[in-house]
Amino acid sequence: MTSHPVGSTGEGVFTALTAEHRGKLMALAREVSLPGGARIFEEGERADRFWVIRSGTVALDVHMPGRGRVVIETIGAGSLLGWSWLCPPRQWHLAAETRDPVRAWEFDAAAVHDLCAEDTALGLSLVTVVAEIIGDRLRATRTRLLDLYGPPGSGPVP
Amino acid sequence: MTLTPLSYRVVDRRDETHDTVTLVLEPAADALKPFAPGQFAMLYAFGVGEIPVSVSRLGDGRRLTHTVRAVGAVSRALCGLRIGGWVGVRGPFGTAWDTAAAHGNDLLVIAGGIGIAPLRPLVDAVLAEAKAFGRLNVLAGARTPADLLYGDEFPAWGKPFGAVTVDRPSGGWTGRVGVVTTLLREARFTPSGTVAFVCGPEVMMRATARALIHQGVRPDRIRVSLERNMRCATGHCGHCQLGPLLLCRDGPVVGYDQAEPLLTVREL
Repeated sequence: MTSHPVGSTGEGVFTALTAEHRGKLMALAREVSLPGGARIFEEGERADRFWVIRSGTVALDVHMPGRGRVVIETIGAGSLLGWSWLCPPRQWHLAAETRDPVRAWEFDAAAVHDLCAEDTALGLSLVTVVAEIIGDRLRATRTRLLDLYGPPGSGPVP
Repeated sequence: MTLTPLSYRVVDRRDETHDTVTLVLEPAADALKPFAPGQFAMLYAFGVGEIPVSVSRLGDGRRLTHTVRAVGAVSRALCGLRIGGWVGVRGPFGTAWDTAAAHGNDLLVIAGGIGIAPLRPLVDAVLAEAKAFGRLNVLAGARTPADLLYGDEFPAWGKPFGAVTVDRPSGGWTGRVGVVTTLLREARFTPSGTVAFVCGPEVMMRATARALIHQGVRPDRIRVSLERNMRCATGHCGHCQLGPLLLCRDGPVVGYDQAEPLLTVREL
């Protein structure tokens, strides 16, 4: 029986990988701890790392003139932080800040790219995992566009 | 008894948000039979009309508590009632959240928007016999922090996990942002031994049920509360028909194994 959160050891995001692939990937992981309020990356910077959150919460934000930093979404334990490292232009599209103390597994994107080039089956599996996460977030964003909890008549006009 | 409204007086009211009010009603004479969590009453605003509203707290068996959001003529009239005002009430109607069948299981209580109102009596019932259940997770989604209902009660609910997430954070909000399903990753439950109770907009319930099934929760162990145009509330008029179901009688609480094939049929 599986007890949640499945990512309690940091590998939960990668449960769809084989044990061998997961082991190779986790060998590249570095455990990091960040205090609350730490800026992890900024919009436009090079996306050269990614993280799997083990505990704590990270807020993704975007700066809007006149409104300051607007939080788009929060990411909690057992989730992947960052996918811009995967595809060109490999720049962060949002910024990230810890909401509270965060423990995470940190991965060097270049090392992961090299591993994927060396083991293409692992690469395909990893891309599939990340694509699934991106799909989840796209569906969640579309759901929020519907403004489901808003007053009658709110949300997109058909 | 179910066709004739009984007179109830408003003995307490609380403004929950800018458009949502909780009314506590006391019978003028005879009281309706006791309600179970998840069941609903037909509330009649005199001279305006009648709408179905779930009980949002079970009291002493005589008093009724309903949380109403002002979205139409009748609900606006109900929200406008002051202490001492009168309302006609029929009920109890419909199926309940079946807590007895969930004994020994981990629980996921997942609410979207005002969907937390029908779930509050369920949480009360679970907390009253907490040892009969596994872990209680309470997950709620709201449009903004100001739209969250029962915010003062919420912290005591989720044991071990309770969290709120909003679609649109306002200044000063330090909680979660995003859809309610994102909280599932952090909830503490064993999928094969879990019962989920879900209430909110239909799109939210479908997305939540899909996520739960993906994580290994059986569809028949996902209970959803469906809403249709309930009029007679006695299973005769057919206004609330959803395929083979008359939701005032066969619902509002149904298993997702039964609901899923019906919810994907357009205009059913």
